[in-house]
Amino acid sequence: MRSRPKHPLAYLTLLAVAFFSAFPVYWSVIVASHDNAAMAEMPPPLLPGGNFLANVSRVFDTAPFALALVNSFVVAGTITVSVTFFSTLAGFAFAKLRFRGRGALLLLTVVTMMVPTQLGIIPLYMLMIKLEWTGKLYAVIVPALVNAFGVFFMTQYLGRALPTELLEAGRIDGCGTWRLFRHIVVPAARPAAAVLGMLTFMTAWNDYFWPLVVLTPDDPTVQVALSQLASGYVRDFTLGLTGTAVATLPLVLVFVLLGKQIIGGIMQGAVKG
Amino acid sequence: MPVAHRAPKPESPPRARPAAPSSPWRHRLDRTVSPYAYVAPFFLLFAAFGVFPLIYTAWVSLHDWNLLSSANPFVGLDNYGRLFSDGYFWNAAFNTLSIGVLSAVPQLALALVLAHLLNRPLRAQTLFRITLLLPNVTSVVAVVVIFSQLFGRDFGLVNALLDLVGIDRVYWQADVASSHVAIAIMIMWRWTGYNALIYLAAMQAVPREIYEAATIDGASAARQLWSVTIPMIRPTVIFTVIVTTIGSMQIIAEPLLFGAQVSNGAATTGGTDRQFQTLALYLYEKGFRSFEFGYASAAAWVMFLLVVVVVGFNYLLVRRMRGGLDV
Repeated sequence: MRSRPKHPLAYLTLLAVAFFSAFPVYWSVIVASHDNAAMAEMPPPLLPGGNFLANVSRVFDTAPFALALVNSFVVAGTITVSVTFFSTLAGFAFAKLRFRGRGALLLLTVVTMMVPTQLGIIPLYMLMIKLEWTGKLYAVIVPALVNAFGVFFMTQYLGRALPTELLEAGRIDGCGTWRLFRHIVVPAARPAAAVLGMLTFMTAWNDYFWPLVVLTPDDPTVQVALSQLASGYVRDFTLGLTGTAVATLPLVLVFVLLGKQIIGGIMQGAVKG
Repeated sequence: MPVAHRAPKPESPPRARPAAPSSPWRHRLDRTVSPYAYVAPFFLLFAAFGVFPLIYTAWVSLHDWNLLSSANPFVGLDNYGRLFSDGYFWNAAFNTLSIGVLSAVPQLALALVLAHLLNRPLRAQTLFRITLLLPNVTSVVAVVVIFSQLFGRDFGLVNALLDLVGIDRVYWQADVASSHVAIAIMIMWRWTGYNALIYLAAMQAVPREIYEAATIDGASAARQLWSVTIPMIRPTVIFTVIVTTIGSMQIIAEPLLFGAQVSNGAATTGGTDRQFQTLALYLYEKGFRSFEFGYASAAAWVMFLLVVVVVGFNYLLVRRMRGGLDV
């Protein structure tokens, strides 16, 4: 066992980087809890003030923020349930079922992660006009219902964590594939599905560009509302950063509480099989 | 396990061999079709909303296609001709490369060092990891809003600190260099920790004995990182370089929102003089401000080719960077 004093430089470097990582988030809380006049002072305040709730009510008056929060919950919630379900299903097939073309299809799944799909945004938008989905939440939800990362992630996990003998025992008991999935795979997948769910929720909650393009300013998601709040001619940083705090802090809180599992999930997904 | 407690289905004899179930035809169908049915949703969705739009972009780019016009005449390669003679396009290409290099190179280098530092028994290991990943949890909009305040001309903390040490204040949005640096810092801030964790995951799979041998041979920590760790995790390095390159070529939200701090007009143009308009932002301006779908599609398709070229170049570059295992 190495003892702590052996790496003073490592600690110093990590502490410095940790400080720079955390400070901007802390700073948003500072700005959000003061008024604009206080932020114009030199030196600026470095501790939270007492103006947070007043700022929050201003945020809800300025932008359709309440609606945006509801929309984002609907969008991110639906996407999370769907991605988790379909990824577990596909992961089960890739990890444990035998079928022709399995290896090639799995490789194709990984390769699709590297396709810059954002470049197809114009025809995608034209497609949404055709479907009459522009301005509607479907336009944001449907294209995100399942993704390659989730499929790959669950394939990795189930390949490692689900004993094949269990499935064989189920087969002997006469289970069809769907019953195997429901009664053996789903319980076994639960820890990884929880991590995938959290990662998916965060990504969907934070998604900005596509909702900006396809939704309307009066019926936005939270990130689009936030960008409305923070741009324009009025230079009201307090308003923008209060919106930022309202939109970000719930996620940050969940992350800090469940960070260990989430980080484990990211690192597991990173190791390629 | 739940299944063990369930009675077998009435029509199937208990303990039947898997090869001989009660209804062989249905069983065979289940076994052959189910796997494809289970993986199909992803492929169908990706085909419809990923591949199809990308390919259809090429078709649209050959037309004078406007949101409002009823006819979309075929114009051949006209859009491409216009694109290549448009100085704003080349300006955006330069900005994209500049911001990409400024953000990606220090980001990945720092991530490697951080992962190397974390890859040892440290106290507060989890706390460090959580803090490093914190920026990645904040949305891109939040990042730009926060940093725009920090980089504010009059009341920004960065300028206040510069004042303190006697350096002139910087109007970060005004110049090419300063705006690129500011945007690169935002991108770095959001992604360095994430990449560090990816590297750390790969480093933890490197056998300890190799490091012990290197230590006995007298290799310093820096030397071990360069000559042992990087060659051992090269697939992961290649993977992150490719993913970061693809991401860098599509940067849009940062310049869009950074410009929005100046004025609404400066948002889609990436600053009043297009000093930080990236290619993706140029595409957005043409596609969703002037609704020239055909022209914007030509830009998208050229960007796609650029992504392929740059990714290919970086891939070859990283592959050639071999440190060798003989310390």
